[in-house]
Amino acid sequence: MIAPNPSEKTFLVRIKRQDAESQPAYWQEFEVPVKPAQNIISVLQYIAANPTTTSGEDVEPVVWDSGCLEEVCGACTMVVDGQVRQSCSCLANEQLAKTGKDHIELEPMTKFPVVRDLFVDRQRMFDNLKKVKAWVPIDGTHDLGPGPKETPEQQEERYAYSRCMTCGCCLEACPQFTKDNTFVGAQAIAQALYFNQHETGKKLKGERLDELSGPGGVADCGNSQNCVKVCPKEIPLTQAIAKVGRQLTVHAVKNFFSAK
Amino acid sequence: MPETHPRVIVVGGGLAGLAACVRIAEAGTPVDLFSMVPVKRSHSVCAQGGINACNDVARQQGYSEWQHMDETLIGGDFLNHQPPVYEMAHFAPKIINLLDRMGVPFNRTSEGMRDLRLFGGSLFKRTHFAGASTGQQLLYALDEQTRRYEAQGKVNKYEFWEFLWPVTDEEGRCKGIIAQDMRTMEMKAFRADAVVMASGGNGLIYGKSTMSVICNGAAAARCYQAGADLGNPEMIQVHPTAIPGEDKCRLMSESARGEGGRVWVPRQQNDDRHPLDIPEEERNYFLEEKYPGYGNLVPRDIATREIFWVCQEGYGVGGENQVYLDITHLPQATKNKLAAILEIYEKFTGDDPREVPMKIFPAVHYTMGGLYTTYAPYDPETDTITPASAPKREPNQGMAFGDPKNMMTNVSGLYAFGESNYAYHGATRLGANALLSCIFDGLFNGLSVANHAQQSGAGAHGTPAAELPQSLYDKFLKQEQDKLAKITASTGSQDPYTIHRELGVEMTAAATVVKEEGRMLQAREKLAELRERYTDLKISDTGHYTNQNVSFARALGDMLVYADALLEASLARKESRGSHYRSDYPERMDEEFHNTSRVAFNAESGRPDITWEPIPSPLVPLRARTYGKTDVVEDKKTQEQEAAAS
Repeated sequence: MIAPNPSEKTFLVRIKRQDAESQPAYWQEFEVPVKPAQNIISVLQYIAANPTTTSGEDVEPVVWDSGCLEEVCGACTMVVDGQVRQSCSCLANEQLAKTGKDHIELEPMTKFPVVRDLFVDRQRMFDNLKKVKAWVPIDGTHDLGPGPKETPEQQEERYAYSRCMTCGCCLEACPQFTKDNTFVGAQAIAQALYFNQHETGKKLKGERLDELSGPGGVADCGNSQNCVKVCPKEIPLTQAIAKVGRQLTVHAVKNFFSAK
Repeated sequence: MPETHPRVIVVGGGLAGLAACVRIAEAGTPVDLFSMVPVKRSHSVCAQGGINACNDVARQQGYSEWQHMDETLIGGDFLNHQPPVYEMAHFAPKIINLLDRMGVPFNRTSEGMRDLRLFGGSLFKRTHFAGASTGQQLLYALDEQTRRYEAQGKVNKYEFWEFLWPVTDEEGRCKGIIAQDMRTMEMKAFRADAVVMASGGNGLIYGKSTMSVICNGAAAARCYQAGADLGNPEMIQVHPTAIPGEDKCRLMSESARGEGGRVWVPRQQNDDRHPLDIPEEERNYFLEEKYPGYGNLVPRDIATREIFWVCQEGYGVGGENQVYLDITHLPQATKNKLAAILEIYEKFTGDDPREVPMKIFPAVHYTMGGLYTTYAPYDPETDTITPASAPKREPNQGMAFGDPKNMMTNVSGLYAFGESNYAYHGATRLGANALLSCIFDGLFNGLSVANHAQQSGAGAHGTPAAELPQSLYDKFLKQEQDKLAKITASTGSQDPYTIHRELGVEMTAAATVVKEEGRMLQAREKLAELRERYTDLKISDTGHYTNQNVSFARALGDMLVYADALLEASLARKESRGSHYRSDYPERMDEEFHNTSRVAFNAESGRPDITWEPIPSPLVPLRARTYGKTDVVEDKKTQEQEAAAS
């Protein structure tokens, strides 16, 4: 974290804070000097080093989650002026120009329990990966030759899904995914497809589809298509949901006949 | 706390840590995995370009594992250890196959084979890649396999837990760790029969680097203060091409050059024309001119210095510290392959690199030095793994598979894997060798850890961790609780973020591309001043819940300790080798310095003690590292440097 040197021109940042999950939320406002190519992380770093509100109150530094600052780790997702996104790739001057306001509002994601301030607990997303068995069931790490061949087209499709960084934007934007229901949402469904498409990954296709056919599965999708609009990696999430939907239909028919 | 015997703790969930988990769990030993972040967010995701391994195509063009080893050794200016590098290069093709089986979406040729790209330090295509986000794809594959073991109860994750200190028994063997939950701030002792540090690099010591905010080197620095030595801490890689930023420097992958990107500056100083309006003959492609063979793909330290010098001489774009990295001429298909990195540039600068050449400058990128580790060289007499029908290797060709010594620090039972150790990359790491060394450590040396853990408790190997008295763990727990209480209660005047900023600025100025005694002595004074100010901290958050302020302040103390070791080793190495370039000692001096700088923490003085440890060369004799640099240019360069220095 770098504490910037003070400079002249400033803008305001309003931050929704919460001391712990059980505590009430409250807003605080900070004044931050304008710097070129300044992203939200630099803004938060400045506030951490200068934790004084516009009303002159010395407060505890704001807590947030971050990692790579290059939009590949997924850590720093938050709600910026009402829109969910990674805060590292959000440039303050562009954001101010976009909204036409003199301030930026930062809030934690609303679909996950708040740990503190802007830092939320997204464990549910990782648990869902366990649920849909998001892995290739290899025999072990011994040298058993190369993996299955695939065409460049197959690789391209899988690569798109492989870039999911578990950031949670799709779930924040989804009207069906709520804090207390069981819907797994676009992220886990797309990952199920990713592994169903792999030659060895397919071995668990049936188990994945069983998991997605019940409550909390694909049928809970309301088709609002919000997920694909907010995905920072432009993963074709609605296409994935549709494809898994078709796989489920085939799976159900197969189950029906094999049960006879 | 599960108290079965044996147990292993892995600290860090990047490629090295996850590969270790998978291998150790596969060997039947339960693993407790500690990470400051959910492991899927580890810094390995930032690796872009690819992973090196000899492959069928390159082999038929005359390439071999031996040559991969040789490139790695000369790239590292012979400061690396030859048997581990031999093993890594020969193991590499197996790693690619394994990752392929795990489902990594490696780019494909039209026939469906794994595609390859050219990378620095080689004239052969030997780099496998998945778009321009290879590290992310590899990390995810290992994360998925770890999750599989987690679902089976063989791996237990402690995410958002910070490693604080290794627990050692009375004989100095590592028997567990003290760690803290970064959310609830609960601090606990954990028992283990072996501990693997896979805690990555230390870029945050430089303030801004290409590394993630978690790469502060504090975990390694804590082991160092607990008695584990450092090896070559002065060896820091400055990547030639990064995008300078306010909060960090973002990497622009070597793959941009591997796919045909060219580095240039206008021949005329302060040429303010649009770059695309500058005709070809008025551009200086300085790397291609000086290194006709390797061109833009000379090893990173060389490219970095050339860019640094060209800017120092006033030829930087707009007179500033930046040069062009140009991919505008490449075909669309190639640009598509680079999409992930081009998007990063566009997002953070607002310019489209497909249309306008990128402006880049070197930034601190990789920690070649790190925790000092040992190994057992391969010995045909004790080899039980090669089939009777196959010829055995010669002595020193590789490491003894499964030997507990492999990548163990000088503290028994404490291992260091991946970027946190010092074994493989010497004085410069070649592009696309990092992912390899991290995964190699986990997969090959994971068994060494499992074996050590199995043996511990038998005969001379001490008591199993599960049977050690609680008082031993309580002693270390109290040490850490007291340390934290002291920081939390600080009522001084020094803001930790300001100290950190000054540390970064000073280290970047004194100990990166070009080092020189006078400037480093100045930095030594500055570090002493910062250490003094650190004793007078001002903590703005004194709470006991998710307190990032005290966690950062605590890590800052460890960063100051690591910076001290790094600087002192830089001062002591009075030669130039790989990334360590001394303008006052520009030559490589093998007689005096073909040695590891082994740095021990002196608990009394709180300062580093340096000894020089010879490096055996059983496989490849030392030779000069020129990369076909043209002599004419060499002489001109020397004159120019002399002129610039005077």
